[in-house]
Parts: sequence; structure tokens; C-alpha cells
Amino acid sequence: MHCSCVWSSRALSPALLPRLLSHAGCWAPGTKPRGIWSSPRRLASAVETTQPIPLPSQARVVICGGGIVGTSVAYHLAKLGWTEIVLLEQGRLGAGTTRLCAGIVSVAKPISIECKMADYSNSLYEHLEEETGVKTGYVKTGSLCLAQNQDRFLSLKRLASRLNVMGIPCNVIKPKEVSKLHPLVNIHDLVGALHLPGDAVVSPPDVNHALATAAAGHGVQIHERTTVNHVMMEKGHVTAVETDRGAIECEYFVNCAGQWAYELGQASETKVSVPLHGCEHFYLLSKPLPEPLQPSTPVVMDMDGRIYVRAWQGGVLSGGFEKNPKPIFTEGRNQLEIQTMQEDWDHFEPMLSALLRRMPELEVCEIQQLVNCPESFTPDMRCLMGETPGVHGYFVLAGMNASGLAFAGGAGKYLAEWMTYGYPTANVWPLDIKRFGNLQSSRTFLRHRVMEVMPLLYNLKVPRWDFQTGRQLRTSPLYDRLDTQGARWMEKHGFERAKYFIPAGKDLLSLDASKTFYKPDWFDIVGAEVKCCKEAVCVIDMSSFTKFELTSTDDQALALLQHLCANDLDVPVGHIVHTGMLNERGGYENDCSVVRVKKNSFFIISPTDQQVHCWSWLKKHMPDDPQLHLEDVSWKYTALNLIGPRAMDVLGELSYVSMTPEHFPSLFCKEMSVGYANGIRVMSMTHTGEPGFMLYIPIEYALHVYNEVMSVGQKYGIRNAGYYALRSLRIEKFFAFWGQDLDPFTTPLECGREFRVKFDTDIDFLGRASLLHQRQEGVSRRFIMLVLEDHDTELDLWPWWGEPIYRNGELCGTTTSSAYSYTLERHVCLGFVSPPSLDGSPAAVTPDFINRGDYEVDIAGQRYPAKAKLYPFSSLFAQQRRRKDEMELSNFQGK
Amino acid sequence: MPVTSQLFRGFPLAKLWGSSLFPCQRQLPCCPTSHRPTSSQPHPIWPTAMPVRGYRRSPDLHSYNLTPPQVNSILKANEYSFKVPEFDGKNVSSVMGFDSNQLPANAPIEDRRSAATCLQTRGMLLGVFDGHAGCACAQALSERLFYYVAMSLMPHETLCELEAAVEAGRPLSPILQWHKHPNDYFTREAQTMYFNSLRTYWQELIDLSSPGESLGPREALLSAFKRLDSDLSLEAQVGDANSFLHYWVLRVAFSGATACVAHIDGSDLYVANTGDGRAVLGVQEEDGSFSAHTLSNDHNAQNENEVARIQGEHPPSEKKTVVRQDRLLGLLMPFRAFGDVKFKWSIDLQRGVLESGPDQLHDNEHTKFIPPNYHTPPYLTAEPEITHHRLRPQDRFLVLGTDGLWETLHRQEVVRIVGEYLTGVHQRQPLTVGGYHVTLGQMQGLLAERKARASLAFQDQNAATHLIRHAVGNNEFGAVDHETLSKMLSLPEELARMYRDDITIIITQFNPHVVGHQGTWT
Repeated sequence: MHCSCVWSSRALSPALLPRLLSHAGCWAPGTKPRGIWSSPRRLASAVETTQPIPLPSQARVVICGGGIVGTSVAYHLAKLGWTEIVLLEQGRLGAGTTRLCAGIVSVAKPISIECKMADYSNSLYEHLEEETGVKTGYVKTGSLCLAQNQDRFLSLKRLASRLNVMGIPCNVIKPKEVSKLHPLVNIHDLVGALHLPGDAVVSPPDVNHALATAAAGHGVQIHERTTVNHVMMEKGHVTAVETDRGAIECEYFVNCAGQWAYELGQASETKVSVPLHGCEHFYLLSKPLPEPLQPSTPVVMDMDGRIYVRAWQGGVLSGGFEKNPKPIFTEGRNQLEIQTMQEDWDHFEPMLSALLRRMPELEVCEIQQLVNCPESFTPDMRCLMGETPGVHGYFVLAGMNASGLAFAGGAGKYLAEWMTYGYPTANVWPLDIKRFGNLQSSRTFLRHRVMEVMPLLYNLKVPRWDFQTGRQLRTSPLYDRLDTQGARWMEKHGFERAKYFIPAGKDLLSLDASKTFYKPDWFDIVGAEVKCCKEAVCVIDMSSFTKFELTSTDDQALALLQHLCANDLDVPVGHIVHTGMLNERGGYENDCSVVRVKKNSFFIISPTDQQVHCWSWLKKHMPDDPQLHLEDVSWKYTALNLIGPRAMDVLGELSYVSMTPEHFPSLFCKEMSVGYANGIRVMSMTHTGEPGFMLYIPIEYALHVYNEVMSVGQKYGIRNAGYYALRSLRIEKFFAFWGQDLDPFTTPLECGREFRVKFDTDIDFLGRASLLHQRQEGVSRRFIMLVLEDHDTELDLWPWWGEPIYRNGELCGTTTSSAYSYTLERHVCLGFVSPPSLDGSPAAVTPDFINRGDYEVDIAGQRYPAKAKLYPFSSLFAQQRRRKDEMELSNFQGK
Repeated sequence: MPVTSQLFRGFPLAKLWGSSLFPCQRQLPCCPTSHRPTSSQPHPIWPTAMPVRGYRRSPDLHSYNLTPPQVNSILKANEYSFKVPEFDGKNVSSVMGFDSNQLPANAPIEDRRSAATCLQTRGMLLGVFDGHAGCACAQALSERLFYYVAMSLMPHETLCELEAAVEAGRPLSPILQWHKHPNDYFTREAQTMYFNSLRTYWQELIDLSSPGESLGPREALLSAFKRLDSDLSLEAQVGDANSFLHYWVLRVAFSGATACVAHIDGSDLYVANTGDGRAVLGVQEEDGSFSAHTLSNDHNAQNENEVARIQGEHPPSEKKTVVRQDRLLGLLMPFRAFGDVKFKWSIDLQRGVLESGPDQLHDNEHTKFIPPNYHTPPYLTAEPEITHHRLRPQDRFLVLGTDGLWETLHRQEVVRIVGEYLTGVHQRQPLTVGGYHVTLGQMQGLLAERKARASLAFQDQNAATHLIRHAVGNNEFGAVDHETLSKMLSLPEELARMYRDDITIIITQFNPHVVGHQGTWT
């Protein structure tokens, strides 16, 4: 298996390093060379005598993992001017997954931030040879994503729309053109393809080597055959790393250990959760074809056949992502195992058949080898990046989901920026390791989930898919009650939430058959739930929300929140405040509702997937004060949302208290009794803009309150509703949700929420300076609502999110969420637009820009006219106006 | 691939014996009724008088085109699986469960099978019974033998409690938990008689033992086998006031059956064998392959010890006649069997019993037939040979089969097929390309073939069914071939017996987490 290393072993040999490093100094003149790798003489002797060079006793950054990810982080940190960087590799550089991976750099990735990373990696690798003098095998071959059916073709067209927004060249082409670009492809069963001319192939170990060489040139010390045993911490900060060759004191530690990142995370004083799991991945190498395949032949990705094919030494390299993956290393193993992975031809059979179907001429081609190259996968198919929630200075970059090479460049850059500036230059929330917590760290969960994730890489991804494995981990106490009433479930952060309720006697299509880009089968069901919310009353179990309690003996809690929140929290007890928690840039780190329960006690309600992120944001900014106490009470309360005009009647009857707006105005919170249960936190808000109440119920009362609500509600026509109804309601009312519409780069001003910023006080909250500056300059992007016109709900493709928005034929933004509004009987998209910049500096959005433009939304290449709005339809709000609502609306209008 | 050995082939009366001396009244396997003797219609004695009934009902006898689903429904008609229940998610028994199945060649089938868990003592009992000259004896064994074994295993105190309960008219605590296929039935009419015989046996066991005593499995099996055979014989001699029962006990005694029974308790496996059924252990070697370890000796002419034993038990003058044409007295293939009083009773006794027997017997020329050279009975015994084996972790499964299986497949092949089925390894070895020149097309063909082979195993949920599929459907290359299967299964019933025998199989899977790790607790 040694010489079977696919890539020339020469590339890995450090013997080449001295020659390269001898003139390395000339392109890194700013950095004073230090450390062993910058001294050619000592390096050479190290290689020849195999006498390991002693480790330094201290460093600023220790990076664990000498694969492409680790070297990319080191490279980018060094480029950003960091010094005293030590990179440790337990075996040899690039000896893990990097050594074996297929070497395809493609921008065909499911979400935009991933496309961005791949695009950056591509241009980085392209110029690496020039920069370092190390051959990287870079060939700009382009790639062809094939579609065997219309649904696949649609998804490729959607991808093309997204790539267009980013300025990445791509062409949707006909099958005939495919055969012009690739000599071997059998096109008879194709309906079309996407050609990505910029995609490339490289030799991954060579790129790894080049990055290592460049990093070493910038002063990074690289030590092979050094194993990190333990990461030391003190008071929540990384202090040192213990290796098998001694300890290194350090401020920052970066876990780039690939397959072993999970175990390394467990091997620190405070365990760090790195939820990833390995799967075996197979690809085939053929001997050269009778007429050798040109190196510049495009890469073929036949996702319906679950395979990819690239040219390799005159033959092909072809692998795939099978339906029945083989998870591996569940119990954890050592590095050596990766060297002796077994080939499994029977397992590869479906992919071989797909290959020969796609390229029949290969039948006569001889086999060189079947390579088994384990890859690591994460619970949601996105990589893990960023600072860990519990430990300051502990960064992670791992779990590349078989795209390590394509992501390494961009991801390394983002992580380096993160460490340097406190956050990357782009929104990486979908990749942020803080989207997971300890709850995703079970090996059994990971094993089951990655078996679903790996096939998903090449599955057709339709809107609103839910994972089927690793479910029913967190549930509300009402789960069984709701399930028997026909609830269909989705999962968020491990929590089961009802999507909608199937009426008795009805059933939907099977799971597979309901996958569509068009009108879904639940359309009428959700419509009925929405109608009930509008006309009567519905109950939605929203227990998944993250709930914190912040208390203090004095006014420390208020002081902290006044510092962190953009809105004024110094309100009378019982008031609810919607507020963002902003970062220095004024962008949303969190969007929450805060209730002042007592003078010095606050109840903070945040989105479900903010549980880890919001906690760590609060902890990070909390003074070390024993009098100030933060508690996660998410599990203590069941949250029921009563939506609709009759909600007040139901609650009134259950509590013998008048719930009319006169007695219980909007955005208030009272502790009261509901049924027999006392101490229920009743809040007059609904997260949808409809009248209604949120009930925060201690869990032991949950079933009682639910039963009471349902039985009393019967005469008011109460029914269960799910999150799809909620979504439709909030989007038609132009409510932005964090994680979907709002992100750390979006400010309140950009989404028309200035009324939620305490500009009128002189309290210096986080982000205030940036917001003031922005208010001065005007915003360069604006959150708008687009109502699709001339769009046939029955026949046309539905919008999802990420669709390009055109204004007067010019690209001006993308959508962030969309839903069908049953009230408007139109599709509503929310999204951001920005005017074209004339002189390179961003232009400010003017009302005219929004109001006087012809807008179009591009769904898979087809453009639909849309009416842009800055404010919601006031007619959508129910007649009974509430005090705060009116204030908010007047604020809206006043802007 | 015709079956080479038939019980009475070559003998003038082969047809009579080979069919059914006392045709069993049982309906066909496809009618899952419990046994119901036909009192409403005359008892058909002669096979020729029987209506033509068989598992195959297609009017077109000569078209061999069964579809794969038809083949499957024939093969699966009698399959049965039992999984030992788990406690706390763990199976603490040394047995994980068993798969069993049978495929008739005779109409009706003359094989029987039984499986039960002992409730008063530990362990599990499994057995296959191959009847000849009718199914009556095999049927009786399948109902009664395990009760005799269970009684023999019980300690003195338990037997006393049992007797006290019967005495006082209290309900009995259950003795066996049966694991039966719906087609496995009990003869309801005979239960009282069976019970009385059993009670006499346990009363004797009480008398012969003293408190704190119980027989070991070896002694228990030996005693149970011998006692049941002697009870069969005695019941036939005594007869019964009820003419049906009288007729029934004679049918049982005049037909015969072999028995191969396993008793598994923790890591102790005892096999008691009478006749030519066989118990073979599947042992997984370190390299993952399977080898066969036979736990029983066949009692037939191929076994020199048996020939010597029989010749030794009779005067030298009979040396040439006692085993002729590889048969006992030139007639009987198995050298040990239950029932078959024609080979056990004196001529006078046979005549006496028959004369006093029900009228139906008189019409039967055959019962009056006395084997030639019948000088020094008994010639036949039901005494089993008993083997003890201490289970090891590498012992994966036990195959109990009637001779119908073993004469079509070599035991090594049986163990390989079952082993690969159970471990899910349908390939002999993982493929490697090594240094060979293999094209992608060749590899694809090879993989497709391996996949087809694997999917064949996939369509059986039952290891015994899978084994029968091979036993019946293997072509000359040792691969299951649908055409062969279809032909073999669509033979008209009068021909089927010429090509194959009844096949009955029980495959018991051992629990590697228990076996070999710790002793005898179950």
C-alpha cells in the first residue's frame, strides 16, 4: 500500500523542502525567519539523520493536523502576519485523507458560502505554483454536472443562478454540447448539463506540500511525527498543548485533525465537541486508455449516477457517493489504520456500473486500483469552523464532507481572518461550529447521521428536506399527543417540531414522491391551518426555542443587556422587548425577545439553533461577577403559541381574567394561572404578527394546559398548527428571522428595524458606533419584500431562498426566504437588494431605488416579475390594534 | 440428480412400503388444519386408493415452468423461525434462535420436526424425525419424545410435585414451550393415552430416584428414547377400547421413524441419534471459512460399526441374511429406528396382535408380511447413540437434517452454504485485483454475478429455506438454478419420490456472546 499511494510519493518527501526553502526568505522579507524550517541547513540534517528537532517550548498558535486544511490555516495565518506558528502532524504531512483524495476543485456546492470558499481555493491553487515554485498539478479542466432528469436539471439551473450572482462563470448546456467537451460521455439519457469552465484538478499532496512550503517560508514551524495528546486550559482559555514530545505553551490552538478531530476534541480538559464521523469512500484508478485521455478533459459529475470522473495519467479516476455508505472509526482509531484500508469491489459495483453506463468505452480499460479513502462527515453536510463555544482560543476546522480540497483554501482563509479580526469577512454561520452543541456529539447519533449525509452529497436536494436519521432526540412533552393528531415532524437542533398536521383520514404521498420543486402536497393542509390562525385560533408547540434566564442581585443583568442589546431594556417589569444583539459592526449576532420578569431578572427567548451561539456570546461578554447568573432554562418550559383572534377568548375562559387588548396590551408578560396550573408565563406576542399569546409553561403542567386549551378552544374552532403555517404568516408580514434573513453582517438599519435601536438614549451598546456611522452614510443594502406577480402557484417553480433578484434587468441582490401567502394568494420573497455602485464605493439605498424599479426574481433561470415593498401590507394586520404594534407600525411608516 | 437411496428400492414390495402402509390421515401441508382423523369417510388403506394429492396442483404435469414466486411459495410453505427473546436488549441464552423448514417428496410427507424449550429444567430441545412406511410413527415421536426427555431431566422433587398436582387435580405447570409451525400438529384423540403412558413413566422415575437426584442429559436422553419405543410397542400390544385409537397405535407401531435430537443447555450440546438423520456443527475457522463437525453417526450399512453390531447380535448362521443389499434383512435402510415392530416382535406376537386388531388391518396384505430370514428378533433397536459437545465460540450453528438433505448435499457444502448465509458473506472472498490485468468491463461482469448470487440468499429470510433451495436446485456447477428448481418442484407426486426424499432441516444459531464465555447458565 505504500507505493500504491496514488500521488507521487516524491511530492510528500521533505527532501525537496531544503532547496525550496533556501530561497524562501526572498518572498517573505518582512518576517524575520525563525524556527527550524527556515534554516535550510538544520532542516536538511533533520531529514537525513531522522533526529527529531526539539519542539519550541512556546508559541502563539499551535495547529494540529498537517493535511491540506491545517497547512492552509498555517499559510493564511502567516500571510496575515502571525508569527510563532507551530504546525504539528502525527504522521507525515498530508498522510491522511489529503494523500488520497481525488483532487477535484469544483464550485458546484449546495450553499453560496461554500461556493465562495471553493472559488477562492481555486484561484489560490492556481497561483500557488507561481508563488512557491512547487508543482501542484493544477489544470483548469472545467467540469460538467450532468442531469439525467428534469428535476436534476432544475437544481443545476438553480445552482447556475446562484453562481451568476457571485460572478462565477457557468453555462447551462445541451447534451450535444457535452459530447463536444468530453470525448467519452454517453449523452443518450441526459436532459442537459451545467458547464463550469473554471473548475480544476490538482494533485492534493502537492498542493499540501506547496502550502506547507509557503507557510514554512513565512516562518511557520512544521513538526512531523508529533502527536498532540492533550490540550491544556485554564479559566476557559487555551494555555498549552501536550504532545508525545513535550508541551508547548500557546494562546491559540487549531484543531485541523480531520478524521481524528472528534477524538482530539475529547482529549482536552474541557471536552470540545467536534461532531464528525468517518465513512469509507472509494474511487477507482484505471490504467491509461488505448488513446490516453487528455489531462485537460473536463471533470464529469454524474450525480444521478452518484459518480464523478476525472482524467488521471491518461486513464480515469472515478469515485462516488453511494446510497449505503460504510461508516468507519466509530470507536476511534489511530492514524495507522488509514494506511491499510481495504478495497471493497462488491460495494463499488453500483458505481462501476454507473461509470460504464456513462462512459461505455471504458469497458476495455484496465483497472489500476480501487482506493479506499475515508472521509469525515458532519451531521448537516457542512464543515465545522470557528472558535469552540466553551474555550477561548480553541479553534476548529474539520469535517469537510469529502470536499476538503475544494474548501481548504477558502476555509483556511476564513479561519485565519476569524482568529485575526474576531470574525471572517463573510457570513459563515452555516459553517460555524457553534451551530452544534454537545447534543450532536453522540457517536451513535453521528454514525447514523453520516450514513444519511454521505449519499445526500449527490442526492437531489429539493426544498424543505429533513434528515431522517438521528431524530426524536429532543421532544416536547406534548410530542406523543401531537403525533397521534397527525403531526409531521421536522428537526431543528435535535428538537422535533411539527411542520403541519394531517387531518384524520387523509394521507400524503410517500416521502420520496413528495419531493418537488413545485407546489408541495401539503399546500391545502397548511392553507387550512393559516386560515384558522387568521379567523379562529391555533396552537403551535414552540418549545424548541432557546430560553435563558439572566439574574443578578443588583442591576448587573440590566447593565449587561443594555450593553449587548440594541434596544432599550430599561423598561417596566412585565414588558417584552424585541431586540438584536449586535457585534461591533452592528450586525446581528442574535435576534431575541427579552422579558423583564423582575427588576433584575430577564427572560431571553432566542431562535432554537442559537442555543450554543447565544450562550457563548453572552458568556463571552459577561463580567466575572458571582452576583450575575445566567441559566439555560430551555428544557424547563414548554412553549405554546396561541395564534388568532379568538386566542384571548380561550385564555380568558381558562384564567377568569380578561385578555382583551385593553387589559392585556401587546408585548406584555404576566405570570398567571391557566386551568389548574399556576405560574404560567403568558406573553402577548406570537412571532407572526397575528394577535395571540405565547405561554411559557413549566413542563410538568404542559399536558394539562394543552388539554385545557384544546378542550376550551373547541367551541372557538381551535386546531393544531405547525411551523409551515407559522412561516407563511411571518413572511407575508415581513418578519425577518435570524439565521435565515438576518446574519452577523446585517444591521438593524438594513432591515428597517431602526425603531428597535436605542439611538434616543446615550447608552453605549455594542455596535452603536457602526450603526451611527451607517445612519449617517445611509445603508447600501436593504431588506425588502417581493410579491411575485404573474407566477402560477400550480404550475410554476416555487421560490425557495437564494434566488437572484433583478432590478430593471440588473442583478441587485438575492432572496433569503420565501413562502406562499395564503392571504395575498401570492408568493412572497424576502431578500436584500443593493444599488449598483458607480464609483466602486457602495451606493446608498433610496426609497426611489426600491419603489421605482421593475423587480424580477430568478427561479432556476426563469424570471418572474415582482412588486417590491419596504413595509408590510398593513391590511394584513388584524383590526384590533395593540399599543406596541401601533407604535411599531408608526415607526415603520415614519422612516 | 436423482436421489440415489430410497428405503426399499429394488425390493418387490418397494412401492407398498415406500408409499404408505398406514397412510396418515393428515391433510396436506397447504391446509393448516390440526389433525383430524377421517371418521366420516372410510380409511383409505392402500395408497392406490388415495386421491391424488400433492403440493403440486398444476394440471399440466409436464410443463416445468414455475415462476420464481411460485417456487418461493412452495419452498416457504413450511418455513418457521424462532428467535430466543431478549431481556434488557440482551440475549442471555446460548441459542439465538433457529430456522426450520421441510419440503415434502412423499405425499403426504413422512418427515416430522419438533422444537421446544424445557420449562422445568434448562435447555432447548430440537429434533428431526424421518418416518417410513407412513408418517404415524414419526408423528408420534414429534409429539411425545420431548416430553419423555423433559421428564427424564427433571429432578426428583419436580417429578413429585408434578405427580402431586395430577393426584390433586391441580393444573400442571407447563413442561415444554413448543415452537411450532402451524402445520406441525398434535393428534388430539391420543393425548389421554399418551399422557397416561407418560405418567407411568414419571412414576417409575420417582420410584427409581431419590430426593436431590436427577439424570444427566446423557442418561436422560437414553432413557427417554428407549422408554418411548417400548411404550409404542406396549400400547400396540395392549390395544385400546376405542377402535380408532386401537388402529392408530398399531399404525404407529408398524410404521417406523428415525430421530435425531439435540439438547442444548448453555455450552453443553448433547445429540441423541437413532437412525440415519444427522447433526452437523458449523465451525467458523479463523480465516472466516466454515468447516463441518459431525456430531452423530449414521446408523446404516455405510457405518461398519453398525454392521458389525447387528451381525454380532445374531447367530453366525444369519450373518449373510441380517444385512443384505445394504439393508436390514434386505428391507430396511436405517439400522436403528423407533416403531417397526415387524423387526422387533416375535412372529407369534405379530400374528396375535394383528388378529385381535381392528378389521381394517385384515385387508392389508402387507401387515401380514413377515420379513424373510426372521429368526432371532429383535433385529432393530431405538437405542440412540449420544454425543456430547462443549460449545466453543467458533461453533456458530448446528444443522439437524433428515437423510433427504444429506444425500443431496455434502455436509461440508451444507455448512458452507449456511455459514455464508448467516454471516451475510455471500462471496467466498473479497475480490482483489492484485497484479492481474482486469478490465472494467470484466470486473463489472464479475461483480454482477456475485451480486446475483448474493441476492439469491437475500430472498430467503430463513436459513433452512436457503439450504433447501440449494439442495433441490443446485445444478452441476453447484449454483442454484431456477430451471432445476422449477423442474424438481413441479414433479408429479408419483415421480417426486424417485428424485428426492422428504427434506427436514433445523438450523440452530448459537449466541457467540454467551457460548464459550461462560458456563451453563441460560
